[in-house]
Amino acid sequence: MKVLLLIFGMSLVTMIPRLIPAWISSASDLPGWLQRWLESIPYAALGALIFPGIILVEREDPWFGLVGGITAAVLALLKLDLTIVMAGAVAVVLLYEHLF
Amino acid sequence: MDGNGFWNGIKSGAPIGLGYFPIAVAFGALAVKAGLIWWEAALMSVLVYAGASQFVGVSMLMTGSGLLQIVIATLILNLRHLVMSLSVNYRMRFFPPLGRRVLSLGITDETFALLTLGGGKQDQKALDPWFTAGLMAAAYAGWVTGTAAGALGAGWIPEGITTAITVGLYALFIGLLIPAVRRQRGPAVTAAAGMALSTLFGLVVGSGWAIVLAALAASGLGMLFWEKG
Repeated sequence: MKVLLLIFGMSLVTMIPRLIPAWISSASDLPGWLQRWLESIPYAALGALIFPGIILVEREDPWFGLVGGITAAVLALLKLDLTIVMAGAVAVVLLYEHLF
Repeated sequence: MDGNGFWNGIKSGAPIGLGYFPIAVAFGALAVKAGLIWWEAALMSVLVYAGASQFVGVSMLMTGSGLLQIVIATLILNLRHLVMSLSVNYRMRFFPPLGRRVLSLGITDETFALLTLGGGKQDQKALDPWFTAGLMAAAYAGWVTGTAAGALGAGWIPEGITTAITVGLYALFIGLLIPAVRRQRGPAVTAAAGMALSTLFGLVVGSGWAIVLAALAASGLGMLFWEKG
């Protein structure tokens, strides 16, 4: 029950931002400050999500998540595909898990 | 129905669908690990259809966040689709109203990018309805089938691997963040502020609210450093 409520709640709040522009007849421009705020939100949210969450994946060992995060950062800096970035990070973490 | 346009759309959207599939498998497995039944995970992908939010929702569920916190975090994370939807809707302005509303629900970071920036052959000022529908259908199919496969297969995936997949979710976030951060100062400052504030707020309130508050505060701060575009 709790999960279904969560799904419907999340569904509603993902539909609203996608739908609002479909109801606006003309594509009138938003004010510049609002555009910049909306553009900056994903980066703020991603930053807040990544840290400190990544060091808490394995409560006893912050390096568990960090090893994967550093791998992901290096692969992303090499401009590799997102799927490869994810797969590479998971592979390195599995290796770390195996060795330590 | 313009079958040719729809088919061309599917072909153009196939790379997105194929890219979504393994990520959706990871999501399905993680959702089951967080306590969801397989069809609940699949239902979430059908109804929510927002990768980052679903990963966030499920990982917040694992760390014991409340419903309201998760829904607010989802809303904040998806406000960016408002901007994307505005620009896609401008290109869909000649579509029938119902078609525009249905297709607006298929807007993701990737379909937005492909519809507005990709594909030299498409008219950049006005999209073809069936092409748009096909492209979005391909992406949606990859996300939903991948989730079901991952959720159903979760039992065969060993414990160590699902914990590693949790790190894969952070790898996804980092992979999304880095290309923007290396190009512009605005995103870099904003993301760094998000990390610092999330850590700071986490000392006072639970991690769920810390993320929501940090995202709001850091985006407000980032706005000041944003390049006018």
